[in-house]
Amino acid sequence: MDQPPAIELRGLARQFGERTALRNVSVRVPAGATLAVLGHNGAGKSTLLRVLATLLRPHEGEVLVLGEPLPRRAFAVRGRLGLLAHEPLLYRDLSGRENLQYHARLHGTTPERVEEVLAAVGMERRAEEPLRQLSRGMVQRLAVCRAVLHQPKLLLLDEPRANLDPAASELVEPLIGRAAGVTRVLTSHDPRAALAEADIVLALRNGRPAFVGEPGKLDSGKLAELYT
Amino acid sequence: MRTALIVLRKDLLLELRGFETLPAMVLFSIVTFVIFHFGLNRPTIDGQLAAAVLTVTLLFAAMLGINRLFVAEREQGGFDAFLLAPVDRTALLVAKAAALFVFLVVLEVIAVPAFAVLLLGPPIGRVLPGLVLVLLLGNVALSVVGTLVSAIAVHTRARDLIGPIIGLPLLIPALIGTARGVGPLLAPHASGSPPAKWLAILALYDLVFALLSYAVFDFLLED
Repeated sequence: MDQPPAIELRGLARQFGERTALRNVSVRVPAGATLAVLGHNGAGKSTLLRVLATLLRPHEGEVLVLGEPLPRRAFAVRGRLGLLAHEPLLYRDLSGRENLQYHARLHGTTPERVEEVLAAVGMERRAEEPLRQLSRGMVQRLAVCRAVLHQPKLLLLDEPRANLDPAASELVEPLIGRAAGVTRVLTSHDPRAALAEADIVLALRNGRPAFVGEPGKLDSGKLAELYT
Repeated sequence: MRTALIVLRKDLLLELRGFETLPAMVLFSIVTFVIFHFGLNRPTIDGQLAAAVLTVTLLFAAMLGINRLFVAEREQGGFDAFLLAPVDRTALLVAKAAALFVFLVVLEVIAVPAFAVLLLGPPIGRVLPGLVLVLLLGNVALSVVGTLVSAIAVHTRARDLIGPIIGLPLLIPALIGTARGVGPLLAPHASGSPPAKWLAILALYDLVFALLSYAVFDFLLED
């Protein structure tokens, strides 16, 4: 039987003034599946993630996230999704633990969960240091903690492994990898890595869909075209 | 209210860690009193002139805090993180206004005695309760309007200019109310109580702008 989709986009469009960031984007992502969003710099990947995260309003089309139409029911979606953006969304003058405790309080999550995620990414010993004293990789690990702290049903991952070395990448895998067992939308600067994780691929070119389908059907010629 | 307290706690913690706003506000006030001291070429001042010097200095010092109120949210992604949480957005208005109110109270705890030492003629002790009452009402006005203006300005490129350009005209009635309320208290041989009329005007201003801010704040956070 067909599972209800975690995400359904029909003719999504989004503009910034005169510039079209997304045009006529349609895709259906079943619950538990991984959607890889590919495309060159400025193709609209981050904009798409921000629309799904309820941070940007769609200007045209229908957007259903976790069964709720956006932007009308955005409030019902917030708290059920986790966004790992380009920026860590953490305060530089606070420690990792203080940042996560703040987010835990906002999401109604327990302090034990903060310690659990800190331990999961191996940051419990550096959790008292202000973020400005930590390396970018460590801050990224804390950003992963923030994104998964409230155990979201949908993870929106914008270049999730940026700044992470292979060991750190392995550490965050149970939290944001396929093992997390939640629906994921991910972008990556490394299209082959994204394809390896994907159940569905949405390739964007100048904000328009250039390919939507299973990763096996995206041949290397088409992939190369996306980045030229 | 719970969410507002969470955000307020975080804002106060950020200020304690960074000391980016309050020291600037305090230093600005004291330097301004010193400038007035020399500029007026008088050993002491009293009455309405003293009230004007005090309230205008506090207003300009408040603008420094207003300009920085949302900077951490804007530059460090605090807006997005807050918007992703399943909480009432007006909690951010309440928290930021409360944080600014706390900053202003701390500022006045230092600046008012400094003003009394550097410029004021009459003794301040007997009129202190009345002065505190007027300043607290003025602080509510500065906090509410300041938060609203700061939320508008932070999304613009010229946020350091937009804050004063929008904020100062909006705050003129509050400035008049505070200065007229404080004036009789700083007169020689003043009684201890401020004029009820100006207290009522300040309270009404506070109420109107609190309701207005509550009504529009959600839209300011919208994309």
